[in-house]
Amino acid sequence: MKKENPVNHQRMRLQPDDGLGPTSDIGSRLRALYGAVQEEGVPDQLLDLLEKLDNAEQAQSKQTTSQGGE
Amino acid sequence: MATESTSFKREMLATLPSLRAFAVSLTGKHDKADDLVQDTVMKAWAKQSSFEMGTNIKAWLFTILRNEFYSQMRKRGREVQDSDGAFTERLSVHPSQYGLMDLEDFKKALSQLPDDQREAIILIGASGFSYEEAAEICDCAVGTMKSRVSRARARLQDMLKVHGESDYGPDAVSTQVTTNNHSF
Repeated sequence: MKKENPVNHQRMRLQPDDGLGPTSDIGSRLRALYGAVQEEGVPDQLLDLLEKLDNAEQAQSKQTTSQGGE
Repeated sequence: MATESTSFKREMLATLPSLRAFAVSLTGKHDKADDLVQDTVMKAWAKQSSFEMGTNIKAWLFTILRNEFYSQMRKRGREVQDSDGAFTERLSVHPSQYGLMDLEDFKKALSQLPDDQREAIILIGASGFSYEEAAEICDCAVGTMKSRVSRARARLQDMLKVHGESDYGPDAVSTQVTTNNHSF
């Protein structure tokens, strides 16, 4: 059997070797900072906003559908 | 029909944490980043008919956010970015695998990069975009994107070398700093 296929590893980032890969010092620090912000989650106000936008749209489309159906 | 907007919403939700991290890297401030993401969500929602489901919503949203950021900067002048950009504010979740000082140095180095280089290395190195996608987001040629990234990397390497190579290994200093427990 061949060794663990290194191509798969490469594929995960679809990048040429840019010095930012999994073993790179700078790359992993960048991802650590970025990841720390990501892990804070999404603030409620943003979730509320999306919810409102979605509800408004659904209400509107319901209205148009029922009008069209008359 | 409800379903289409709901799946648009779902895809948008999935992208928000990364979009927000990018916003923090641009504005340097969490509150400004959140305002920026909010403006982006409204813009994107208004433009959703121009988005084709199944195509790259992440790149699409990043493009809107970035355009919004620079157009606000132009309108309000540089004061929008009064901090140095990058992740200058204290993070509520500290990345566990690094020592505190280690990342502080790195943040400082990152904030000293020119804006175009910093955004390039973040899009490629942290957001996970390809050079082609990042070039599209920043409205520049792929070759330009590549050279920005490589200049950014070289400068970061230089700046970090000055701070000594002794703490090179990420695991050496780290674990004692993690005081926060978060859900995952």
